[in-house]
Amino acid sequence: MSSDSAQDLIAAVKRACDRKVALCLQGGNTKDFYGREPCGEPISILSHSGIVDYAPTELVITARGGTRLTEIESVVAEHKQMLAFEPPSFGSEATLGGTIASGLSGPRRPYVGAARDFTLGIRMINGRGEDLKFGGKVMKNVAGYDVSRLLVGSMGTLGVLLEISLKVLPVPKVEQTLMFELEQDQALALQNDWARKPSPISATSYREGVLHIRLSGSEKGVKAARARLGGEKIDHGRKHWHDIKEQRHKFFSQSGPLWRISVPPTAPTLNIPGSALLEWSGALRWLITDTPAQKIRAEVDKLGGHAVLFRGGDRENAFHPLATAVHKLHENLKKAFDPMGVLNPGRMYEGI
Amino acid sequence: MSTPASQFKEPLESVRARVADDLRAVVAAESVLSDIESLRPYECDGLSAYRKLPLVVVLPDRIEQVQEVARYCFKNDIPIVARGAGTGLSGGALPIENGVILSLAKFNRVLKIDAQNRTAVVQPGVRNLAISEAVAHLDLYYAPDPSSQIACTIGGNVAENAGGLHCLKYGLTVHNILKLKIVTVDGDLVTIGSDALDSPGYDLLSILTGSEGLLGIIVEVTVKLLPKPECARVIMASFDDIEKAGNAVGNIIAAGIIPGGLEMMDNAAIRATEDFVHAGYDVEAAAILLCELDGIPDEVEDDIESVKVVLAQSGYTQMQIAENEAQRQLFWSGRKAAFPAVGRISPDYYCIDGTIPRRALGSVLNKITELSKEYGLRVVNVFHAGDGNLHPLILYDGNVEGDLEKTELLAARILQLCIEVGGTITGEHGVGMEKIDQMCVQFDSLELTQFHAVKEAFDEKRLLNPDKAVPTLHRCAEFGAMHVHKGQLKFPEIERF
Repeated sequence: MSSDSAQDLIAAVKRACDRKVALCLQGGNTKDFYGREPCGEPISILSHSGIVDYAPTELVITARGGTRLTEIESVVAEHKQMLAFEPPSFGSEATLGGTIASGLSGPRRPYVGAARDFTLGIRMINGRGEDLKFGGKVMKNVAGYDVSRLLVGSMGTLGVLLEISLKVLPVPKVEQTLMFELEQDQALALQNDWARKPSPISATSYREGVLHIRLSGSEKGVKAARARLGGEKIDHGRKHWHDIKEQRHKFFSQSGPLWRISVPPTAPTLNIPGSALLEWSGALRWLITDTPAQKIRAEVDKLGGHAVLFRGGDRENAFHPLATAVHKLHENLKKAFDPMGVLNPGRMYEGI
Repeated sequence: MSTPASQFKEPLESVRARVADDLRAVVAAESVLSDIESLRPYECDGLSAYRKLPLVVVLPDRIEQVQEVARYCFKNDIPIVARGAGTGLSGGALPIENGVILSLAKFNRVLKIDAQNRTAVVQPGVRNLAISEAVAHLDLYYAPDPSSQIACTIGGNVAENAGGLHCLKYGLTVHNILKLKIVTVDGDLVTIGSDALDSPGYDLLSILTGSEGLLGIIVEVTVKLLPKPECARVIMASFDDIEKAGNAVGNIIAAGIIPGGLEMMDNAAIRATEDFVHAGYDVEAAAILLCELDGIPDEVEDDIESVKVVLAQSGYTQMQIAENEAQRQLFWSGRKAAFPAVGRISPDYYCIDGTIPRRALGSVLNKITELSKEYGLRVVNVFHAGDGNLHPLILYDGNVEGDLEKTELLAARILQLCIEVGGTITGEHGVGMEKIDQMCVQFDSLELTQFHAVKEAFDEKRLLNPDKAVPTLHRCAEFGAMHVHKGQLKFPEIERF
């Protein structure tokens, strides 16, 4: 059945090429708010699902694109392992394919790596309807260009993800969340000071005068770090980080366009009015604001970062504009993978 | 798909003189080498079995000059091979007869260290180890540590996606850089990535890293720096059976421990290194494991206890924990000296870089032993056990007629074996010229065609390090690696005789 579902998808892409029709790739539709407006004939990857291979001692899981993220997370959890980049699902219907295509990572990202860092290999259909494999199931692999990682976060514009191999990590033996009350500038400075020394910090959030940090490690390691860092231990840590990751924290229920702003962690408090929540030791800043896109991006450009309109507002320019030469490379790569422009055209940038 | 620059009608020597003259208008006269004696040091990289003289060597010292050289070569259809320290092991920097070697050796400055952001901006010719040395006073370091780190440069590391001893925990080059400046084939200066943790658009940083000089010329690198682990301790365990040692590795990982380093040596490697450095290795063991745990002291203490239990359950014959830093260094000294140690017992050796799923270790090593007998060549195995990267060293004598050819055949068999068990032909050394034929085995014609399309997205004229890393379909057909795949012949579009 599984090989049939792959063949069905391949045939569908080939037909779209022949008919010169755009396809709109769909998994669980949990992230259709993200990026530019989806358009084209829907094609679902849901029937192409299931875990293909999981070897806990290899730290590698391979699953089909339509596999539910929840299924993967519960299977690896049985072996006390996890998807360490903590992908947000935004709903129980989320699929692995959609997770990797959107390339989003959660609270643990700065400390262990992003979705792209854990992606080892893929099987994909390109825009010509060809069945291709890149990368593999091993940690180190430099044979050929790293197409697997290129596809992470490409929003389905370069290929349909049939199978994905991911590195997994052991679940930390102990996790503990601490709380500190301090001003934002102080919080930023403190987090960067901490980051310069070895520490088991695995998540941070800052909102309205309260800094939360999560420690992950062995019992002794976490205890020693807690003694060194201070702060007040809180009991609902798991819920706190889950709510941040899934945007169920009350911050996200405010009205207005939500911006995801990625900056160097030492960037000062943004000079943009609005309501903010900070993660990633200061490197990720969520902002709810009606400030015009151009103004936000001008400010963020100065800091060496980029700003994505994550939810709401005018989706036309959801992603930060690219420098001319980089945009040209995007056009060339799109042509290299999808010359007819049938895969999610325009989902990321106009014409791509 | 022939190299575009095979177009010269005039004799090579007059082309050489003309191109050298033209380039002397771009960079200082002494920065262009064109007499045969000066070109000689550039005729090979770390893979010295392959040699070719370049047309000229140019050594710019400013980015604008690199841009000018690229524009000149683009206009005149001259291939460019970028070169760092030339320590690569796959012939990636092997010159092309009618191409320019663009050496980045003069780009050797650390431009900026940002301690608070934990980043450094460096020129491509800065040596890997020099980065860590430059930030050591801040208790920071750059994590990837290829064995050539004393000599290899960061530009080459990015081009090859270099690894090292600590990849399982700390990743490869691709995990440890933030931003690149590249000069494109037609001379544009383009920034890839950013100072933030992610960037808009496609992950071009990934596609550039490990692209072996085929997509762009790296002229600046922003690396991530990590805090130095406060403490590192190493356990050494002997096993009377190599498969038991392999299982021990899996058991350590199943216990939820990610060691900073996890290395294995077989008996031949143990004996060769022990004779050389006297590290106190158990020369009777079938295999020894070196397991290093690093981090904050309390964490390391917990992990040491867990690993001791796992190793006992895995059936070690001897176990020792380094008591102090000197002993830790001693334990490592043998592993780190494995290549020179093998150099002492054989006139020549050939290093292989296949990576395999760890569970296949026992069967792969047994098969290598069989192949070693079949070809009558000794093989010594060292293994980055944590990440599955196997380095079998084939011992041969280049002065014996046919020995190198036999070695290459054995190497090809071992690499095919790695592919058969679900691994890859190269974990960290790159494809270059050396493994280009094995690419025909690992990838089918559609996949290779997709790679060529990626190349053309960056370099339509195919001037940057052409004909390396990704074989043409024609070459694959000639190589004859036409194994039946998915029930079909691999290159159905090519005629066969």
